[in-house]
Amino acid sequence: MRLVVNGVEQEIEAATIAAALKALDYENARVATALNGEFVPKRAREATPLKEGDRIEIVAPRQGG
Amino acid sequence: MSDFALYGVVLRSRLMLGTSQYPSPAILAHAARASGAEILTVSLRRESARLKEGQDFWRLIRDIGARVLPNTAACYSVKEAVTTAQMAREVFNTSWIKLEVIGEADTLQPDVFGLVEAARILSDDGFEVFPYTTEDLVVAERLLEAGCKVLMPWGAPIGSGKGLNNVFALRALRVHFRDTPLIVDAGVGLPSHAAAAMELGYDGVLLNTAVAKAGDPVAMARAFGQAIEAGRAAYLAGPMEPRDMAAPSTPVVGKAVLT
Repeated sequence: MRLVVNGVEQEIEAATIAAALKALDYENARVATALNGEFVPKRAREATPLKEGDRIEIVAPRQGG
Repeated sequence: MSDFALYGVVLRSRLMLGTSQYPSPAILAHAARASGAEILTVSLRRESARLKEGQDFWRLIRDIGARVLPNTAACYSVKEAVTTAQMAREVFNTSWIKLEVIGEADTLQPDVFGLVEAARILSDDGFEVFPYTTEDLVVAERLLEAGCKVLMPWGAPIGSGKGLNNVFALRALRVHFRDTPLIVDAGVGLPSHAAAAMELGYDGVLLNTAVAKAGDPVAMARAFGQAIEAGRAAYLAGPMEPRDMAAPSTPVVGKAVLT
């Protein structure tokens, strides 16, 4: 399935956000996720299905002012 | 230096330090410790699956041991800012959020209308909001009504190093909001600017670039820590009233007549 992950189109076989994180090797990383602009809490990742063309944002701590 | 509290958290240091633009992670860590800051601002950015830079950065921040204040930097809409805040709460495990809703790119001036709206949404959702705002007194009122218990007016545009552009309005805010913690956030370029904010009676100063871009960030961090302590002590000591004309400090009475 074609997904847009952090702005980059990728072909990933994943039915849920949790599966996508695993497929992309983020499984143990401290990250937060959003799907099509909406926050998806960690506890909801398993139950959040993906469909063709979905936009996923995966963010982590970074320097800030 | 006297303690103060932000959302019930008692702090000794009145300096809040940003973590961006340092020459290296090690210098950031040294500067943060030298400053004495107990609060460091951080952000959220896209994480590369290959590099995982965010994981290293998080370890560094944890090692420094300060409390973190995540921001919503570069958010131009209420929705972006609210979603970023929700993600930050989960990643950093804190309900604190430095709320930025930017209205204009050249000045990074807050969109105060969006700011108030986002502050209300987030406060209602249990966030403890630190709004990055202008010196506008009515906007400040609206932010308090929206649930904010701290206000963070800018000194000058972010990264400009210009200091306190509107001392009159900053002073008016201090007089008007006697019991609300006020932090000057942004535009501070020199320790003297930070001291000036503290001499006005501000509760703290938040800065980043002035330390990170100094020739010696560690030494500058220390200098800011000292300036903020000095400014606070001066405020508590009760500064003299300025006057337009000279007033001799040496007694005139008793001067020898030598003509």
